Amino acid sequence: MSNPVVAVGLNHFIVLSALLFAVGLFGVLTKRNAVAVLICIELMLNAVNLNLVAVNKFITPTAFIGQVFAVFVITVAAAEVGVGLAIIIAIYRNRLTVNLDEFDWLKW
Amino acid sequence: MVEFAMYHAWIIPLLPALAFLGISLLTRPWPRLSAYLACGSMLVGFVFAASAAVGVFTDPELIEKPLVYAVRWFSMPGLFIEAGVQLDPTSTMMLVMVTLVGSLIFIYSIGYMHGDKGESTFFAYLSLFASMMLGLVISSNLLEMFLFWEGVGLCSYLLIGFWWHKISAREAAKKAFVTCRVADFGLLLGLISLYLVFGTLNIVELAEKIPGFPNTGLLLLLAVLVFLGPIGKSGQFPLHVWLPDAMEGPTPVSALIHAATMVVAGVYLVGRVLFLFAEVPAAMEMVAVVGGFTAFFAATIAIAQREIKRILAYSTISQIGYMMLALGVGSLSASMFHLWTHAYFKALLFLAAGSVLHALHDRADVWEMGGLVRKMPITTWTFVIASAAIAGIPPLSGFWSKDEILAMTLADGHPVLFLLASFTAFLTAFYMWRLTFLAFFGPENPENHPHESPPVMTVPLMLLAFFSVVVGWVGTPWWPFFGEWIRFGEVHHGANYLVMVSSTLLGVAGILLAWYIYHDDRTRAYALAERFKPVYKLLWHKYYIDELYLWFNHTFIDGAAKLLYLFDIYIVDGVIVNGIGFLTRFSGAVLRLGQTGQLQTYALVFFLGVLMLAVLLALGGSPAGLLTLLGGVK
Repeated sequence: MSNPVVAVGLNHFIVLSALLFAVGLFGVLTKRNAVAVLICIELMLNAVNLNLVAVNKFITPTAFIGQVFAVFVITVAAAEVGVGLAIIIAIYRNRLTVNLDEFDWLKW
Repeated sequence: MVEFAMYHAWIIPLLPALAFLGISLLTRPWPRLSAYLACGSMLVGFVFAASAAVGVFTDPELIEKPLVYAVRWFSMPGLFIEAGVQLDPTSTMMLVMVTLVGSLIFIYSIGYMHGDKGESTFFAYLSLFASMMLGLVISSNLLEMFLFWEGVGLCSYLLIGFWWHKISAREAAKKAFVTCRVADFGLLLGLISLYLVFGTLNIVELAEKIPGFPNTGLLLLLAVLVFLGPIGKSGQFPLHVWLPDAMEGPTPVSALIHAATMVVAGVYLVGRVLFLFAEVPAAMEMVAVVGGFTAFFAATIAIAQREIKRILAYSTISQIGYMMLALGVGSLSASMFHLWTHAYFKALLFLAAGSVLHALHDRADVWEMGGLVRKMPITTWTFVIASAAIAGIPPLSGFWSKDEILAMTLADGHPVLFLLASFTAFLTAFYMWRLTFLAFFGPENPENHPHESPPVMTVPLMLLAFFSVVVGWVGTPWWPFFGEWIRFGEVHHGANYLVMVSSTLLGVAGILLAWYIYHDDRTRAYALAERFKPVYKLLWHKYYIDELYLWFNHTFIDGAAKLLYLFDIYIVDGVIVNGIGFLTRFSGAVLRLGQTGQLQTYALVFFLGVLMLAVLLALGGSPAGLLTLLGGVK
């Protein structure tokens, strides 16, 4: 009994990417810690990158738009993390907490 | 000069307009100068008018084919309006009359308004008025005429309310303006309809297009609408109420506007478009009945009035009724002839009354006058001449014109109107001589210290008295010069001796009755008033027409205003204005609860939104349609 060999296809990537995205989203919506939320955002971004690269490979293998776009996302994500962490540090210095539940002074 | 005046008749209205500008802009601080400027412009205007008259009344072609020159006023696709001059015997006669009577009244005003604070302003208004009236007279286009028509209405308002510090003057000015506006609305509708139906407002073109127009019902409607304007402006029943109140203005204004010139503008307008009325017998009947009834109606009111100018005002309404009656029986000649003679003797009556008021320091009640003949001989005897003229005593001017109207009414087959008009002639003689005997003869009132007016006032009186005697001689049955030149249709020939004798007898009878009742003491008059108390009260209150209008106003207009006020307060302000404000604040109060400040809540909503879009897209909605749904632009 040997398992039939199944080639890794586009669907596998998409499902993986969706799962990764869902995990990230769940973290963004539920984590109290701002740093954890940032990490979860990274997860979501990488899910998207995975998607882009996979679609590029399986659907338009001759063009590199998806890959180029993924590189862009990585670059922007790096910048975003830098700014995000700076903000979090600034807030922490101000409030001595990184608990998102207490960050409610954006309201009216 | 004659040629020049005929082809440049527009100069005549321009002169007083320039005087108006000159006084307003330059000479206002110097009343004397302003007065001379105004009088000068009128006198020069008279010279022009007389020159033009020489030309017009020697060219018989102008009777049927008026001299018209016009320029484009404004136009757009489907609308072409000209402004121009139409000279024919009728308009030329009016030009001469207005400039001549106007000049005399202007000169008289120098004396009458002397020392008044607003003397310059007064002359400016008078000049503007004269300009508007002369413009109205020579207009070749009904819209142009309407413009000047409203202009004289405006000047009338300004001049009636000239002594604006008196509440009664202000009220009278407003009343005159509003009453005329109501009527003018009808006229405006009529003019618009005329343009829509015939595509032109040029009088000459209308005169060619209207005769033979098949739809008489439409013509009748047009005639009624157009006639509304003259009913207001010429003080015909039921819109006569403003004219007696208009006596609040200075007396020269009453003479110029409310007797000699402006109020006859209505008669003139109907005369101008008589071809429209002549097409529909019912329209002619309407004009005749309104005129005849107004003549009688106003004469009865005049019997019981006490203020000198008020009596004259009702007599004006009555005489204009005569003119309308003449138009209604199809005689432009008789109507214009009465207009022509009436202008002189009525201006004289008013100016003499003004001289009396001047001497008595505005004591206006004729019962408080008496015996003025001893102190004011010139005023008295000129007034007597005018009274005789209006009473129809031959050979004074009023006799010829009134006789013409009576004869034409009978000849046109209106026996009832003829009897009414004849009886009105009797009433006219009676109330005019009642006034004359009460004010100028009989015992003197010791409280009065009258004195004769200065020559600048009495000379115009004497000149007008002269004209009141002679101007009728141009239209006697034996030398019908007037009727040959100013006519609509055929020339009317022949004298009706029966009418002549009867109207003279009626006039004399009226004078004798007035003499019997009023000449010495007043016991007979008091006994008469006591005996016919209900009638006397009815006449004294002018048939309660003002009260009726006031009641109507209070009940319906004010009632409607109250309802609309409530609507405004509760519906417009309450529901709409405050409602929108409340809705905005309320929705804000509710929606801000969603604004928690929690980033993760926002992120969740954001995610749900994206999810919803994704589902919609997956269910087959096109991205473009979706974007439109969300408020994007296609």
